[in-house]
Amino acid sequence: MNNLLVLPMALPVLAGIILIFFRNHIKLQRGISLVVMLSNIGIAIYLLNQIQEKGILRLDFGGWEPPFGILFVADSFSVILVLIASFVAAICLLYAFSSIGKAYENMLFYSFVNFLIAGVNGSFLTGDLFNLYVNFEVMLLASYVLVAMGGKRIQLRESIKYVVTNVLSSWFFLIAIAYLYGSVGTLNMAHISERIAESGQTPLLTGISMVFLTVFALKSGLFLYFWLPGSYSVPQTAVAALFGALLTKVGIYAIIRVFTLFFYHEPDFTHTIIGVLAGLTLIGGSIGAVAFKDIRQIVSYNVVISVGFILVGLAAGTQAALEGSIYYLLHDMIVKALLFLLAGTMIKVAGSARIDEMSGLIRNYPLFGWLFFIVMISLAGIPPLSGFIGKVLIGQGAVETGSYLLLALAFLSSIVVLYSLLRIFLNCFWGETMISFEDEVPMKMGWIIPCVLLTAATLGLGLGAESLAPYVSDAANTLLNPKIYIDAILHDN
Amino acid sequence: METLITILAGVLVTVATYLLLSKSVIRVILGTAILSHAAHLMIMTMGGVKRGEVPLLGGGEQGQYVDALPQALILTSIVIGFAVTALSLVLAYRTYQETGTDNLDELRGNKHE
Repeated sequence: MNNLLVLPMALPVLAGIILIFFRNHIKLQRGISLVVMLSNIGIAIYLLNQIQEKGILRLDFGGWEPPFGILFVADSFSVILVLIASFVAAICLLYAFSSIGKAYENMLFYSFVNFLIAGVNGSFLTGDLFNLYVNFEVMLLASYVLVAMGGKRIQLRESIKYVVTNVLSSWFFLIAIAYLYGSVGTLNMAHISERIAESGQTPLLTGISMVFLTVFALKSGLFLYFWLPGSYSVPQTAVAALFGALLTKVGIYAIIRVFTLFFYHEPDFTHTIIGVLAGLTLIGGSIGAVAFKDIRQIVSYNVVISVGFILVGLAAGTQAALEGSIYYLLHDMIVKALLFLLAGTMIKVAGSARIDEMSGLIRNYPLFGWLFFIVMISLAGIPPLSGFIGKVLIGQGAVETGSYLLLALAFLSSIVVLYSLLRIFLNCFWGETMISFEDEVPMKMGWIIPCVLLTAATLGLGLGAESLAPYVSDAANTLLNPKIYIDAILHDN
Repeated sequence: METLITILAGVLVTVATYLLLSKSVIRVILGTAILSHAAHLMIMTMGGVKRGEVPLLGGGEQGQYVDALPQALILTSIVIGFAVTALSLVLAYRTYQETGTDNLDELRGNKHE
């Protein structure tokens, strides 16, 4: 019992509601949103240390003990993700302060960002399957608004597709929940896991697991990523960065949670399918990343590649591979936010999104250019930066289980990532500058400081992996031994 | 009774699929609304329709109660469905205003402008 657990979701919800009443007080809105995100970071750090001391924490709402009530559960995996999500959200807000424009701020932009974060944090923390659905919906409703906000033609066009796709996948989610409830008679995640372990994973349950996989694949862009590049490239830069960093990661979290906690009995079937889908995602994402000349498209396809990469770790399913997945998940949240922010800023200063229409930006904005260089090598996984350790561990796991094809695909995709970003770097940053010093758009401090902070974070995550290691290995350990989770929820009174 | 409701859910899914495959945005949105109701019926059937007394404290004599959980799930899900349908209708209207069409074929945007 620890009431702090509810705050990462409750604070943003309350803040989002309060901000509606201060629609015209922009300074206040900014201040409150930032304070909420920062306090979430503090709460997450405190919770992480509590978990190290006391084991998995839980909060039964209204004192209804599991499996009867609904509850929030904090294990290392979910709280690490809450921590990084809050951090990324704070940075994206910082970027939004100087880039989003007054019209957006008056249209309750900060309220919706708060609701989005509430949904994301709630999805990470919930211990009840139906609550996961509700939190997904909270997050998605906020994201529908954020995609369409601004009301440009292309935004409305893409948001219609985004909304319909997600409504359909939510429908599948409901159906999957109904099937699972019909066959195991409970919605508490620990209890479901226990019941499935008792009855054995029958073919029926494996079938249900495939419905779940479809749902989360649609949400996370695993193979079913056709909606992703369109809807991630139309919103404002700060919003796109939030999406790229957080939304698909919630889907990945759900896949990892469901397939390590419920459906881990038939890995030959389920995890092979995840592996195949991950491989196809890597291939498709790689093709997309080299095919386009629009920076936003290239960056969006990089999101797809990383989804495939993280799930290679789950498909391998050893301790090392899962640790690698978690490291890479954290790394990816930070670096994708940075990549989207840099790409958006490039488009702003160059006035075009096509890589053959800009050149020599590094002469005008040297610091900015080097930041892009760092994000590029970080995504490719060069050692002192954060991508390295995740890649090594996932590779190690793939070798342990002998899935060499996946290993090859995963590392080939890293080369494609490097190539696609190098293409941007060479075309846009090198060569003759096309912006004369007179009509150079001044680089605002509010644009560059968030990028510097995120770059520092990727360096910190790479160099400070040692200090993060106990939490990550605890998280992977809990994922691999569902009994720890079940005991903490059901048998610990 | 369960069989009947299952068939009804199936009919609803059929109708919804037909609407989803059409070109008009409004029809697609109506399709998603019907689809969600099919899911609600499905949840209700999965929980078992009526097997005992109403689930109130001190209500029943035999000690056997109807499962109340599916009702709670459906209620929540209906609320969410309302919100999403309302939002998508507004979105469709704005899109119609902005692009002058509600034909999904014309909203495709193959050229990445």
